[in-house]
Amino acid sequence: MDIHEYQAKEILKSFGVTVPDGALAYSPEQAAYRAREMGGNRWVVKAQVHAGGRGKAGGVKLCSSDHEILDVCSDMFGMKLVTHQTGPEGKGVYRVYVEAATAFDREIYLGFVLDRSSQRIMIVASAEGGMEIEEISATRPDSIVRQTVEPAVGLRDFQAREIAFALGIPAELTQQMVRTLQGCYRAFTDLDATMVEINPLVITSDQRIMALDAKMTFDTNALFRHPQISELRDKSQEDPRESRAADRGLAYIGLSGNIGCIVNGAGLAMATMDTIKLAGGEPANFLDIGGGATPERVAKAFRLVTSDKNVQAVLVNIFAGINRCDWVAEGVVQALKMEPVDVPVIVRLAGTNVEEGQKILAKSGLPIIRANSLMEAATRAVTAWKNDTAQNTKLRAAK
Amino acid sequence: MSIFINRDSRIIVQGITGRMAQFHTKEMLDYGSNVVGGVVPGKAGEKVHGVPVFNTVKEAVAATGADASLVFVPPPFAADSIMEAADAGIRYCVCITDGIPAQDMIRVKRYMMRYPREKRMVLTGPNCAGTITPGQALLGIMPGHIYLTGPVGIVGRSGTLGYEAAQQLKDLGIGVSTSVGIGGDPINGSSFRDILEEFENDPATEVICMIGEIGGPQEAEAAEYIQNHMTKPVIAYIAGLTAPKGRTMGHAGAIISAFGESASEKVEILTAAGVTVAENPSVIGETIARVMNKHAA
Repeated sequence: MDIHEYQAKEILKSFGVTVPDGALAYSPEQAAYRAREMGGNRWVVKAQVHAGGRGKAGGVKLCSSDHEILDVCSDMFGMKLVTHQTGPEGKGVYRVYVEAATAFDREIYLGFVLDRSSQRIMIVASAEGGMEIEEISATRPDSIVRQTVEPAVGLRDFQAREIAFALGIPAELTQQMVRTLQGCYRAFTDLDATMVEINPLVITSDQRIMALDAKMTFDTNALFRHPQISELRDKSQEDPRESRAADRGLAYIGLSGNIGCIVNGAGLAMATMDTIKLAGGEPANFLDIGGGATPERVAKAFRLVTSDKNVQAVLVNIFAGINRCDWVAEGVVQALKMEPVDVPVIVRLAGTNVEEGQKILAKSGLPIIRANSLMEAATRAVTAWKNDTAQNTKLRAAK
Repeated sequence: MSIFINRDSRIIVQGITGRMAQFHTKEMLDYGSNVVGGVVPGKAGEKVHGVPVFNTVKEAVAATGADASLVFVPPPFAADSIMEAADAGIRYCVCITDGIPAQDMIRVKRYMMRYPREKRMVLTGPNCAGTITPGQALLGIMPGHIYLTGPVGIVGRSGTLGYEAAQQLKDLGIGVSTSVGIGGDPINGSSFRDILEEFENDPATEVICMIGEIGGPQEAEAAEYIQNHMTKPVIAYIAGLTAPKGRTMGHAGAIISAFGESASEKVEILTAAGVTVAENPSVIGETIARVMNKHAA
């Protein structure tokens, strides 16, 4: 789960990391008021969206007057900020964060991640701050410093000092850097984060180590023990279809194609999408309905998948393991009777009692297209979608 | 021979009184698995399908001589249960639970390292379908009847894709030595490489089918191991060619976040290591058959 920059800064501040003075605003007027309240004569107005790359996309602006803040904010509020991380649809800006502008001498990249190779928490730092880490690894890989943390004893001060010296941080600031690293590490472990990124971490002109940006991502599997983090969820930053699915316990990811998928098992769901692509189509979504394809679950899945207006055919792919195909077939038939759909439906069943399942589908009287293998199902889905689309075009032309 | 489990394995089920655990305990018993006990704190003396329940894993081990465990405990308590098994001298543990916090798993892995290698428990999972040695023992939730006995070792992240492979092999009359699920989580007990090493040393396994997906470095690590250390042929399938970058595809670990973690990059790395990669999931079975024929010739 992602949170906003201002929320991450508030958290990190409580763990001893220095951040600039700042305040949140929900309107241009509030932003200007906050700036006056804060004092000073230069402020940074930052769009709060769950994505990096805001600066280049126009989501971060330096202002030096009330008027400028009002101007900048009236453009920012309500806009869809499109960065290289948001996809073409962008993310809506509904909050801005106003910060005192900070003069600095140096920028540092600092990241904490779950490293899957060592299966430990890893600190990644570079003296080349301000750039994205991908860019740093491509252009200045030699500047990257890494440390993995032994989970039994946590991050040791000597490791933090090693990082500070490797980054060339002045000796008199080493203690501040150690405190920053330890603060981030404790926030990471205490709150079950999966990522903490400060880019840039700066050495200010008055010799303080300060987080000018902050990004935190949390382990959704651990939210049960951090209700205060769950409350930071911002649905305005999520795909509405995905939020709805998540609230109903379904793993759904919306994509841009037009063949909807309903599958049990995450691996099989990905494989189904891939096969559709191989057959010449484009999947509209990833959807894992989990074990036990009950009629209610399948009906819920149909509702979700067909609520996407791009969907012009639905492919159901169920491997009945512990379940039996005849039960799954009953589920699909009942679901289609509960929730009739006006696009071609292709069903592929495999596993236990597959013949009985096929018979039930055939006898239902519903226009279900059946398939034996996944490749066959995908090919039929693509053909059905193309025929259906052609027919609809003809109908429209006839009218 | 087989890896991890056979007909002599003495199995306990941690969390045996839960609804799903009871159901799958019955399935395992029906398959012929030697389930000797269950563990639920505070429920000692109860029985589930005739299997005695103990308060602690140590008590269960002392009373039954158990050496394998299936963890069916809810996510907040699962890491603790795995550590309890490791401490009680269980040799092989499968954790089915989906949704364990990643940092809990980091601690589990660190905890297991406190035992010397010869006493260290092997963990597969979490978030997996389990392990089966067809005809001998089922330690998991997979449908036993789709596996014939035979020479193919299967290792995969995804449960249902593993079933897909087993079913296709069965339709071709080909059987399985052992099938192991390593699960879809980012921090897991055993990697592809660990399981490949077991299969390489298992006389009953002649060819290995590896089913990977997007996310993480374990397929690339496996490729390196295959190239440098394996004599047996490996067939692979990688799911997620159409998965967008930076999105979690159902499995907590199925997310492309670094170079080399996309399906196409993994296919390329495995192909370069001499692995035969099945182009789509419908041809996993026939690809294995083809490689086996070529090898026999």
